[in-house]
Amino acid sequence: MRLSYPANVKIIQVPCTGRVDIIHLLNAIEDGADGVYVAGCLEGECHYISGNLKARRKVEYVQKTLKELGIEPERVAMYNLSSAQGARFAEIANEVVTKIKELGPTPVTNKKQNNAA
Amino acid sequence: MIVADRKSLEEILEMVEDCKKILIVGCKGCVTVCNVGGVKEVEILSSSLKIARKKAGIEIEIDMHTLERQCDNEYIEQIKETVNDYDAVVSMACGVGPQFLSEMYKDQKFFPALDTTFFGGATEHGVWEERCAGCGTCIIHKYDGLCPVARCAKSLLHGPCGGSSNSACEISKDTECVWDSIVRKKMEQGRLEDLLGVTEARDWRSARDGGPRRSIREELVQGNI
Repeated sequence: MRLSYPANVKIIQVPCTGRVDIIHLLNAIEDGADGVYVAGCLEGECHYISGNLKARRKVEYVQKTLKELGIEPERVAMYNLSSAQGARFAEIANEVVTKIKELGPTPVTNKKQNNAA
Repeated sequence: MIVADRKSLEEILEMVEDCKKILIVGCKGCVTVCNVGGVKEVEILSSSLKIARKKAGIEIEIDMHTLERQCDNEYIEQIKETVNDYDAVVSMACGVGPQFLSEMYKDQKFFPALDTTFFGGATEHGVWEERCAGCGTCIIHKYDGLCPVARCAKSLLHGPCGGSSNSACEISKDTECVWDSIVRKKMEQGRLEDLLGVTEARDWRSARDGGPRRSIREELVQGNI
């Protein structure tokens, strides 16, 4: 399909989004990622029955934690698409990058000037 | 098991405000079972605190260690080599943990990350309910295994109060009236007359009213059996 998506999206493959844990998402934010999103299978179509539903709940937990810490919860998101939806994959990547760019760089930088931001 | 809830991140961050290096100690006992103080939760708290401190521009170094239990000195001892390397130690155990730690390590500061709530069990995934008040003299055989001391808001021993309505307690419609359950069970089993007897006034000294309690088993004190 030769679809392009932003080069600043780093993909980490997992066998199922059920493998993604809260700590993985938090570690990404902790290590300075501006945003993290989980791309799981369509709801109801998980090969392992509920991996993508569990992933969504974990994403929601992390969003709640970020909110508690005064960080935009939108920096973490969950999307559902099938592996046959290449065009949707590129669309989501663009959508996320645009949204994160609007939010600006992560405030998790260990630099004091961020307090003012 | 002992059930607890994690304190808010704001509260924990305030406790460790002046610290540059802390240790978070988890517990593999009850608080692991109620998903609030085990290996996973220690990692999540550590990462959350690091994110908050990085955001504030004051980085913090955090080490993690989850003990088998924090209510036995033989496990508390396992951190003796490193415990004083930190500005403070945050315990993710029930209220027993930080105290056992504090008693063993006189020179260190210990902060609780959890609010210990009650003795109870999971009624469904993610929902825990109180079942025991630890009153020291169990009388639930008189009530078919249901405890009015822990589960009646007034700890009534002779039947429901006037606040019982549609099986719910007057404190909240989500709180069952345990007396409704007791009476219903007795009726179903045709043994309602069991409740006609007068229960002697309780001696609450075995509960908290008698001050901090202690349990001694002579045969174990003398050595292993």
